[in-house]
Amino acid sequence: MILIAILTLGGIGMAGSVLLYAASKKFEVYENPLIAEVQEALPAANCGGCGYPGCAGFAAACVNASSLDDLLCPVGGADVMNRVAAILGQNAAKTDPKIAVVRCNGNCQARPHVNRYDGARNCAVASALYGGETGCSYGCLGYGDCATACTFGAIHINPATGLPEVIEEKCTSCGACVKACPKNIIELRNKGPKSRRIYVSCVNKDKGGPARKACANACIGCSKCVKECPFDAIQMDSNVAWIDFRKCRLCRKCTLVCPTKAIHELNFPPRKEAATEAGGAKTKDIINEKTNSAC
Amino acid sequence: MLRTFRLGGIHPPENKLSAGKTVAILAPPPQVIIPLGQHIGAPAQAVVAKGDQVKAGTLLAKAAGFISAPIHSSVSGKITKIDQAVDASGYARPAIYIDVTGDEWEETIDRSETIRRECTLSSQEIVAKITAAGIVGLGGATFPTHVKLTPPPGSKAGILIINGVECEPYLTSDHALMLQRGEETLTGVSILMKAIGVDRAIIGIENNKPDAISHLRTLARTFAGIEIMPLKVQYPQGGEKQLIDAVLRRQVRSGALPISAGAVVQNVGTAYAVYEAVQKNKPLFERIVTITGRGVANPSNFLVRIGTPIRYLIEAAGGLSGQTGKIIGGGPMMGKALVSADIPVAKGSSGILVLPREEAARKPSLPCIRCAKCVAVCPMGLNPTLLMTATEFVQWEMAEKNYIVDCIECGSCSFTCPSHRPLLDYIRLGKGKVMNIIRTRKS
Repeated sequence: MILIAILTLGGIGMAGSVLLYAASKKFEVYENPLIAEVQEALPAANCGGCGYPGCAGFAAACVNASSLDDLLCPVGGADVMNRVAAILGQNAAKTDPKIAVVRCNGNCQARPHVNRYDGARNCAVASALYGGETGCSYGCLGYGDCATACTFGAIHINPATGLPEVIEEKCTSCGACVKACPKNIIELRNKGPKSRRIYVSCVNKDKGGPARKACANACIGCSKCVKECPFDAIQMDSNVAWIDFRKCRLCRKCTLVCPTKAIHELNFPPRKEAATEAGGAKTKDIINEKTNSAC
Repeated sequence: MLRTFRLGGIHPPENKLSAGKTVAILAPPPQVIIPLGQHIGAPAQAVVAKGDQVKAGTLLAKAAGFISAPIHSSVSGKITKIDQAVDASGYARPAIYIDVTGDEWEETIDRSETIRRECTLSSQEIVAKITAAGIVGLGGATFPTHVKLTPPPGSKAGILIINGVECEPYLTSDHALMLQRGEETLTGVSILMKAIGVDRAIIGIENNKPDAISHLRTLARTFAGIEIMPLKVQYPQGGEKQLIDAVLRRQVRSGALPISAGAVVQNVGTAYAVYEAVQKNKPLFERIVTITGRGVANPSNFLVRIGTPIRYLIEAAGGLSGQTGKIIGGGPMMGKALVSADIPVAKGSSGILVLPREEAARKPSLPCIRCAKCVAVCPMGLNPTLLMTATEFVQWEMAEKNYIVDCIECGSCSFTCPSHRPLLDYIRLGKGKVMNIIRTRKS
């Protein structure tokens, strides 16, 4: 009896294995073993910051690409790209690390509320409805769509200012917050040497008068910085200045002339001259401002 | 048995505070702000410049395309600037500022009170006059009327339905119009019938306006082919598709136009504007606006020039009383809170609702308890809670598959939700996104 059972089950097993073997041969999909190898080198964050569906998609793109020039894993940065290049026997494009920069400084003091919003606490919903609770219809709404979109916990709304803050160590510049922000105030900019960078912290396209009325920290489009910049790095477009980080040499002349202190400098040592100290300190103050007023 | 639409629907408190109030004529304010985008479609293009003298009825801006409408001056005076102004959209958009002097009208406009019933114009001539007068749907959607009167090739309307439902709580402007301009409105209806080539029109009126029903019934005996149909009160009966269902017992397919059900729907206010445009040569530059709510002293109906800042309406209605919570442009269900009292009245402003603070506050949103009340009340047969979740989690494919673009934004779901979830807030956002996706896919 036992023998019959063994033979029957063994027979079924044999038949099944033959079938499976045949099927696996017939329907085999060849996958380049390099893809798995490249994927192994990637950070497995699956954030989509590279523009491909997850790390596997990016790995396949790297293997199939003829050069790595247009491919970058923003999370891994140069390290990971060098490793990927080594696996594939190619050269990684030289890339500067980037970071998300919030281009709005309309905190509670600078930008008084002109109405109250009590709809869904979501920037996209509010933005589809109207210009926002303040006189500035370009600035941050403060409901934190960027913080929700960030998978790395690198951006959060500071309750004191009502504005998002980027944690430099955690930001991978994947760009999720840039896509999530309905006001387009977040920009990926060069991290800069020693994390030093200068940017215009405003996107208000209104003319000087209305912009200033809506927010004390607004860029009023006066073009003083454009004239001051010795490297021709600042452009004025629709009443708002933009500093080209590829041309900027971090001389910090523009921050001194800006009448509304809309140009921010980050992580610089304090200036030596007494006259200019206020400018440098002010930026720090605004960024780290702790106030009790509820926004 | 009175008819109503068959799917979903709610019964919000009616609150018709200004019902029965005679329409008072509001004098032009010292300055008007006339927005260039007062209709669905491309904003009009200004044809005047700073410093120009204009009269009431002078063309200010021409239509920028087929789905667009021209805009006329509502006052006589001088154009002081063409600049940005915050309008009901909540954003600053181009507008023309006019300083008012006197009240001169263009000579072509017939300002007499006599009612001219006979219209000998052909269908094309009528549509041309309506196009030139800048008439848009005055029920609130502000869709250019001439587009609706020009059906796509191959489709033919069999019946004209006139919307005298006014299902929004508080609003009484259409009610007042039907009572006080009944004959003119019915003449407008006959002109519209001629324009689309039908011999039958039904005016749907909810039976909470018995005076309007009996008044128009008496008048309609002297007009050929116009019937009055009283309807059972239910919100949102004023929705185009709901009204067709209530009156004709026909449903409009998803994504199809009402003409596919053989009907063209126009608002009573539009019919009146058509009468004025065709018989009196008067472009659309004033309209009846209800100013109401427990936040104003005397809820009233006013005949207002387009471009009048709403603060003049509030003052004329006795000013604000108590602590104001919200000023809403339109009715409480579909209207939108306004950010300032300087926002001007536009072609689509059927009412201004001022709510005191205790009535205006929204309750905090709680988790969905899966009671499906929103599903039961949705007049389009959608699943609002699913659509909201799909939008919240950026699932556009799911939203599209569940017909998010069919939402008419009536707000029944948000109204009925026991957890006070902001259903419509999200669905409106999702609808816009999905419509964009569909548009890019097509092009």
